[in-house]
Amino acid sequence: MSAMAARSPFRTDGTWLLVGPAVIFLMLFFIYPFGYGFWLSFNPAEGAWSANYQKFFSDEHLWRTLIVTFQLSLPVTILNVGLALPIAFQLRRKTRYQRWVTTLLVIPITLGTVLIAEGMLTYFGPRGWLSQFLQLLHIYDGPIRLTHNFTGVVLSLVISGFPFAFLLTLSYVTGIDPTLARAAATLGAGPWDQFRHIYLPLLAPGLAITFCLAFVQAFSVFPSAVLVGAPSGPTRVISLAAYEAAFEQYDYSMASAVAMIMGFAQLIVVVAVLGLRRGLYRGPVGGGKG
Amino acid sequence: MNQLFKELRLAGVSRHFDNPSGQRVAALHELTLTIKRGEFICLLGPSGCGKTTALNCIAGLLPVTGGTISLDQHRIDLLPPEKRGFGMVFQNYALFPHMTVRKNVAFGLMMRGTPAGEIKTRVARAFELVQLTGHEDKLPGQLSGGQQQRVAIARAIVIEPPLLLMDEPLSNLDAKLRLEMRAEIRRIHRQLGRTTIYVTHDQEEALSLADRIVVMKDGLVQQVATPEEVYAQPANIHVARFMGYRNVLTLNAGTRNGQRIALEGQGLTLEGAVKQDPGGKAAVAIRPEDISVGSGPNTIAGKIENVEYGGHESLIDVRAGNDVLLHVRTGARVKMGEAVTLTVAPERVLVYLAETA
Amino acid sequence: MSAPSERRHWFYSVWSGLLLGLMAFFILNIGLMVAAVVTNSFGRRWLGTWLPEGYTTQWYAAAWKEFQLGDVLWVTAEVVLVVVALSIIIGVPAAYALARRQFRGKQLVMLLFILPLIIPPITYGIPMATVMYQAHLGGTLSGVILSNLVPALPFVILVMTPFIEQIDPTLESAARVFGANTLRIFWHVLIPLLMPGILAASLLVLVRTIAMFELTFLTAGPDSQTLVVALYYAVFAAGVRAPQSVDAMAMVYMAATLVWLLIALRFVNPTQLVSRVKEQPAH
Ligand SMILES: Nc1ncnc2c1ncn2[C@@H]1O[C@H](COP(=O)(O)OP(=O)(O)O)[C@@H](O)[C@H]1O
Ligand SMILES: [Mg+2]
Repeated sequence: MSAMAARSPFRTDGTWLLVGPAVIFLMLFFIYPFGYGFWLSFNPAEGAWSANYQKFFSDEHLWRTLIVTFQLSLPVTILNVGLALPIAFQLRRKTRYQRWVTTLLVIPITLGTVLIAEGMLTYFGPRGWLSQFLQLLHIYDGPIRLTHNFTGVVLSLVISGFPFAFLLTLSYVTGIDPTLARAAATLGAGPWDQFRHIYLPLLAPGLAITFCLAFVQAFSVFPSAVLVGAPSGPTRVISLAAYEAAFEQYDYSMASAVAMIMGFAQLIVVVAVLGLRRGLYRGPVGGGKG
Repeated sequence: MNQLFKELRLAGVSRHFDNPSGQRVAALHELTLTIKRGEFICLLGPSGCGKTTALNCIAGLLPVTGGTISLDQHRIDLLPPEKRGFGMVFQNYALFPHMTVRKNVAFGLMMRGTPAGEIKTRVARAFELVQLTGHEDKLPGQLSGGQQQRVAIARAIVIEPPLLLMDEPLSNLDAKLRLEMRAEIRRIHRQLGRTTIYVTHDQEEALSLADRIVVMKDGLVQQVATPEEVYAQPANIHVARFMGYRNVLTLNAGTRNGQRIALEGQGLTLEGAVKQDPGGKAAVAIRPEDISVGSGPNTIAGKIENVEYGGHESLIDVRAGNDVLLHVRTGARVKMGEAVTLTVAPERVLVYLAETA
Repeated sequence: MSAPSERRHWFYSVWSGLLLGLMAFFILNIGLMVAAVVTNSFGRRWLGTWLPEGYTTQWYAAAWKEFQLGDVLWVTAEVVLVVVALSIIIGVPAAYALARRQFRGKQLVMLLFILPLIIPPITYGIPMATVMYQAHLGGTLSGVILSNLVPALPFVILVMTPFIEQIDPTLESAARVFGANTLRIFWHVLIPLLMPGILAASLLVLVRTIAMFELTFLTAGPDSQTLVVALYYAVFAAGVRAPQSVDAMAMVYMAATLVWLLIALRFVNPTQLVSRVKEQPAH
């Protein structure tokens, strides 16, 4: 037996001792809950096996949350990634300016949505500085309403999501060998042509991943939907529905069903984006230009 | 395992790898060799011939895929490297960059649980032996290449291993240092009286160091012999080429008379000494220094095409026969374009089986 | 010849100016937002004017008492320290296996380590919390630690793997030949050489765990709340408390996070905090 192990071309001895604890931990606290949640979602407290899902898609109070979440997360993600790409491209050279911007932008990500919400309530609130400033310039008279509504959540998702999309895009942009663009420049390509013909095709996979991660993050919006949104209606997002089912109605089966629906919705968008990317850029990237 | 052994036996030791296209290829094919205590063995061969693979199999860093390795009666090929108790000098030294040189040298003793006092004296002795006393508290990065090399040797010998393995230990040094270290390694080997297996692709190094040389090509052993024998009587045309027989001709074998054989072709007629029965086509190997300018047996007429002046001797290229270029090392003073007559003793015209493509 | 190229040049200046202006505007507003919180936390009375009527530190004392910040900070420190320690102890060997060893199921194991980083916590947090409560871990400190370990452990593994890959493997061969087993190789060779990487990974996990809201929120009980969850409840119940004391608490949270962030940024690139999935650009 040990002779067999020593004769195998791979050193396997002890490997499972090294990865084992991490694998076991994640199996217990990540995979198992997922599987259990999946099973639980089909075992409702009462009714048929699909009762939770039927309820979700027939109760407007519930299915609307899915629509609301998409209405929030899709436009915000497109905005964030759409802004991140040109700005990251602009800042692709390693300068002190780039270092400063990245450092400043990492702060809102690290602080997280709860603190952003509190900051927004103070700064964007009806008596906050922004409101006062707009009144001073007579751009908008009367107290502005930027919190406790849909706009509030959008703002919060931009504040936390744009830096995330930007830093991720930047790491992909700076990963591209700048000599490629320089080679293109010697052949007469201006910045736009360099972007269009060199960077964009090479960035496509990274952008697709950035979009997916940014979307998934926006889709799972939770604290800001409560704190700076209107959680009873316009910003009642799906994670809130899952939370309420679990911790207010103690219907874990329903909560699991909502969580599964949330995960499935994210998966669909991710698969669609990655599929789209493959369809769009198969030719140029596969052609050995990289 | 740390006792001295009488002999180390490699029996059919093989090592296969899966190449990227999924085929199994043998990096080392059935190496069989018995090494006696105190011997200095060189594994010699061009890059990629499987020398490192062989050494790593012996050290236990690579599991073998066939064959056995034993010390006297004990099989060791299933033991992990840390249980074999050998010493090893790595090609890139592999000194621990975060430890002082002293700690590096003491590492093996520390792992063996040697008492601190003994570690101290043995480490000091090892430093003396490699002549590095005074550098003990530097980090490896603060030493020159030659000094790092000697630390690597000290680290290997301080544990007084029954077997010392060295993988191209001099290949990263400049020419002068290489010569010095070569002498040093030989001295240390003699002083300790331990067995050494030394890997190199430099035939000069192998010739000057080894008691026995193992010549390898493509994972296969070509010849195992003393340096004199490998140099003067290569076992086949590959070894001959590798040992500096720069003139290799393909000629037709004629009548044979004992060890002598008549050769003809490419406008030349020669007499040679049979090393392998050639059949019809023969591969004929001649060293540049075995050809001399003048007349005698095996006369060849030609014209000098190039002279590379080399001080005591020059290397000349002579065009002879039907457009054959011969390399000759000679002390005679000759000029470009001159017509010359060359001669070579029949016993230095080595005849082998022709290479198959 | 020069006219079109000049026009191009002009266009690019406007375009890049616009983008940089946008970026500056964004950063300015974030800065003002933070400044507003700072000002409010020190303000006496602040109603519709540019600046408060006067300044005081009383809100900090109030927040400390009202929100039991002493206990909350202690819990936070416990959670964060244990999560960092466990994720390093379990994660570094796993990262080593991924960097150095070939084994059956390696692709699957990699997938297992990547999933918790790309699936958002709230999505897997609800079923995870359900299981935790059934195992009587919900609402306890252990539950909070275990749930925070779920994203922290893969994060350490993904950060450490490239660090390990860049260490010369012949150093390990040398240690092995000279008699060290795997444990001793770790102790004498790998850990000292990996110290900068371990430090960076620890700081990153530390910052991320302090700020991890969702998982703690879902699994914490009244005695096992971390700072960020306590802050959420404070903001949530803003009508009950003076907004200044909530802002004072926000300041405590911000300070606790930023100190470690600034230390971390001395060792790592800001992008390392977000680029959790390493992908080679297409080639
Ligand atoms: N880990 C490996 N995987 C696949 N092939 C290998 C591996 N190590 C060595 N080889 C192959 O085995 C052969 C011998 O290699 P090596 O022993 O390193 O040669 P040498 O030390 O004589 O230069 C080479 O062709 C090399 O490509
Ligand atoms: Mg080698």
